[in-house]
Amino acid sequence: MTTETASRPQAAEGPSATALLTVKNLSVRFPTRTKGFFAKPAGYVSAVDHVSFEIARGETLGLVGESGSGKTTLGLAVLRGVEPTAGTVELAAGGGTLAVTSLDKQALRRSRHHMQMIFQDPYASLNPRMTVRDIVSEPLIAGAGDWGRLSRRQIDDRVLDIAVKCGLSKDQLKRFPHAFSGGQRQRIAIARALVLNPALVVCDEPISSLDVSIQAQILNLLADLQESLGLTYLFIAHDLAAVAYVCNRVAVMYLGKIVEVGTTRQVYYKPKHPYTEALMSAVPEPDPDAPRRPILLTGERPDPANPPSGCRFRTRCIYATALCAERVPPLRDLADGHMVACHHADQLKLRGALDFAGSERQEATDDRF
Amino acid sequence: MSLLESLAPSRFLFRRKRYRPDLASQWQLMWWKFRRHKMAMVGMALLGVFLAMTLFAETISPYPPGQRNPSYVAGPPMLPRMIDETGAVHLRPFVYGSKAVRDMVTLRMTHQADISQKWPIRFFVRGTPYRLFGIIPTDIHLFGTDEGFVHLFGTDFTGLDLFSRTVHATRASLGVALVGVTVSFILGAAIGGIAGYFGGWIDNFIMRLIEFIRSIPTLPLWLALAALMPRDWGPLATYLAITTILALLGWTWLARTVRSKLLATRHEDFVLAARLSGCSDARIIRRHLLPSFLSYLIVDASIAFPEILLAETSLSFLGLGLREPVESWGVLLFAAQSIRAIDQAPWLMIPGVFVIIAVLAFNFVGDGLRDAADPYSKS
Repeated sequence: MTTETASRPQAAEGPSATALLTVKNLSVRFPTRTKGFFAKPAGYVSAVDHVSFEIARGETLGLVGESGSGKTTLGLAVLRGVEPTAGTVELAAGGGTLAVTSLDKQALRRSRHHMQMIFQDPYASLNPRMTVRDIVSEPLIAGAGDWGRLSRRQIDDRVLDIAVKCGLSKDQLKRFPHAFSGGQRQRIAIARALVLNPALVVCDEPISSLDVSIQAQILNLLADLQESLGLTYLFIAHDLAAVAYVCNRVAVMYLGKIVEVGTTRQVYYKPKHPYTEALMSAVPEPDPDAPRRPILLTGERPDPANPPSGCRFRTRCIYATALCAERVPPLRDLADGHMVACHHADQLKLRGALDFAGSERQEATDDRF
Repeated sequence: MSLLESLAPSRFLFRRKRYRPDLASQWQLMWWKFRRHKMAMVGMALLGVFLAMTLFAETISPYPPGQRNPSYVAGPPMLPRMIDETGAVHLRPFVYGSKAVRDMVTLRMTHQADISQKWPIRFFVRGTPYRLFGIIPTDIHLFGTDEGFVHLFGTDFTGLDLFSRTVHATRASLGVALVGVTVSFILGAAIGGIAGYFGGWIDNFIMRLIEFIRSIPTLPLWLALAALMPRDWGPLATYLAITTILALLGWTWLARTVRSKLLATRHEDFVLAARLSGCSDARIIRRHLLPSFLSYLIVDASIAFPEILLAETSLSFLGLGLREPVESWGVLLFAAQSIRAIDQAPWLMIPGVFVIIAVLAFNFVGDGLRDAADPYSKS
């Protein structure tokens, strides 16, 4: 797995001039209501809190974090599937820079073809009442943008072309989604996302509802399509192994904030944030006999409506000091584009995924003899 | 089957629609599921009979509904027979003739079967001329007799044939219900759609309005509205007014269904996917939202049908709805209210059986539709 990641051409590391997507200070807040007829918003849940990152053209940025950390909301906010409360999203597409967050409704509709999404649950994301052909052709008819109006013939040709690329056959096009398995449905969803030849594809946990054997197929399909079509992915997942397999860079989210961004190697092998270390200690090992001692985080995840002061992770962090409660750690660049939001990142000696696997395995062999 | 197929000149002529769930659309899947519901199929067949009765009322009834038979006033139903008093079997059904007998206790003229006369029933006989669908002039009736007369459900106190009147009444009864449901449907879909789409205070206002309308006891409200209608309005105006009144009160159920389904489907992933694909609001409503709850609307409409049918019958029964000379089941039952009718001509209540059958048929079909409405549910 690690060699796979290494052999994949590494895209530009860190912020660069070739950034396709630039996200600055993006925030999404949801009002929490009290019960009652004349209810006023009682408070806000910050699902995404001042998040900034960039994705270079042709690269895959992994977005990992536990459930409820705001990964999906961030992915949707980038596409304005949910309206961001603050911040800007810029997409370098169509020969210029598209200020996604300042587009009006009509302009946004016309720009949809630059950015598409693949959903987590292929059972919910495909309309059961439409044939595969109708599902895949819908973006061509509705959101063609500057492709203009296409004839029926052109639509059919384009649909067939992308369907074959996604591993579907021609006679499957006239069927309905209920005739397909989860993996095939996800292929349909991928075909729909790619039919307009988008620059950016947000993959929202595209494999987490699939069988393990199918997961690899879909991951390989996504990787092949990226190569042949020059796609850029924002890959949201909680499966760290899958993220390591497909991603050039990884961003780690905790409670609505990005705590660490770096190349996959940096984040996995030399994590600089205590939360990342805990995550890496939990990567499952294929060998069931290998004893593992993951770092078990104590306490509950804090209520996002009422986050702790200073560093949001401090309530569960074993390295936390008084400073962590006072000041919010900024996301700062350590070196080589490795960014981390921790006051003590320079002092801490944290262990990466390999260290855990290696040392534990060593102990295991010691025990045996 | 195989013999038939081998004899067929072309396989295309006898090709049955194969069971291919992977190619089946929503409506095909619904039909397959509906077909397994036996009672719903029975209800469907009954509704088919009622539909035939409304379309071919003049043909099915042996006499015009306004034609009196002076020699058979308040006569009991005449039973078609195939076996006569001697036990001999007749291939052609017949009815016994009738003779007037004076009841020596009440001194009233009553009708008794006269077994010395047999009036054979013939099918597709020529009778009173009429225009089929109001256009085609013809005089063919489904059944009748050459000599004498046949009154399957008997006659009323003026000598009108109850069977003919009941068949003709189907038209007004189901017509009021159909128009009422259609108007309710449009009102409900529009108002519920507005509530669900805009949300906020509009939604709140409409929901409170619906609760208010529903909290009014229906019967006094109908009575009050029906009493507002001038007595000198013609039958057609009354008919339209009754339909409107029933529709104006019947839309609330549908509006609630539309709203709740709209709210439920609006947050489906495939709707979000459509929006991210660049679909306009109109296209999302037309291609995604509407098809996913249309089947539920049809279920609701089929369940609203008997409600409106019963409402019309109740109003007419109370003398506040349709009135003579318009025939509806309620109007016919209005004549069966008196003690005299119950005592001397209980057969005047037969139209009530039709009301019961129609309501049950609609309920069965509604049940079957509800089971079939979501062919994608896991159960």
